[in-house]
Amino acid sequence: MTAIPLGHILTLAALLFSLGLVGVLTRRNVLIMLMSVEVMLNAVNLTLVGFSRYNAWTEGHVLAFFIIAVAAAEAAVGLALVLSVFRLKQTTYIDDLRLLKR
Amino acid sequence: MPTELLLFYALGAGAVLSTAAMLLPTTGRSPIHAALLLIVSFFFLAGLYALLSAHLLSILQIIVYAGAIMVLFTFVIMLLNLSPDEIREPKISYAKMLGGGVALFVFGKLLNGIGLAASAAKAVDLTQHDTFGTVKEVGHMMYSTFMVPFELVSVLLLVAAVGAVVLAKKNLAYVDRPVPSPAEEFKTEGHAAGDGEAAAGHGGHH
Repeated sequence: MTAIPLGHILTLAALLFSLGLVGVLTRRNVLIMLMSVEVMLNAVNLTLVGFSRYNAWTEGHVLAFFIIAVAAAEAAVGLALVLSVFRLKQTTYIDDLRLLKR
Repeated sequence: MPTELLLFYALGAGAVLSTAAMLLPTTGRSPIHAALLLIVSFFFLAGLYALLSAHLLSILQIIVYAGAIMVLFTFVIMLLNLSPDEIREPKISYAKMLGGGVALFVFGKLLNGIGLAASAAKAVDLTQHDTFGTVKEVGHMMYSTFMVPFELVSVLLLVAAVGAVVLAKKNLAYVDRPVPSPAEEFKTEGHAAGDGEAAAGHGGHH
């Protein structure tokens, strides 16, 4: 019997997820927005690990492993896009990327 | 208070504080500070995974997240070579306040759902199940039940790696060099070999 209540684990994960959402919605630097997405993915992993611990299911761990792999792929492609956009516009702020708005 | 719960609160507070510091416009203004704070947060999360007996994931969190992914981030920040005056003062706008409100709303909704999920929770005793979360057990499941998704993830990583290389290439044809019209192409071919090549090589460069 673990001493950590499930509700506390889930609340911590929800708090981290919301913090990541705040970062995506309020920060304007593309690099920091990508980092906030990583925080949100980690919060989901924490939820999976918490539920796995409570039900003794290994499936949750495998799923979290897949999320880590997808996060790695997402970071690689996202950062390549940031580099490519930086070569074109010399900026990492999304306020300057309004080519389709004009 | 049991040690396990005390550790949970300490690690959780560390993770939340370092993430919040990353998002604050004062401490996390420059991307490199934000990246380093995020690495700290990932180490706290690795500790939390270990506390919840996810041995393999705790190590993977450090190797893959704090190691590989964040090194990629810091490497790209270094490659961009931003000068301090390129980092802007954050300003408050209605859109950002709306974003904060949306995040707060989502947090409220999540807490609402947690109340329902946690009330019925009763942890399984792991004393009869002492291989839980170890490399052996997770690896066994990965190579039996999740065989096909596991192989698909390897394809996904390959595609992402190739895509990243192509996207970050210096001379993407449609970015750097306008596609020459057939007539122009013909003209270039008509020139003397040395001139023609030089013109083609520096054609769209600015």
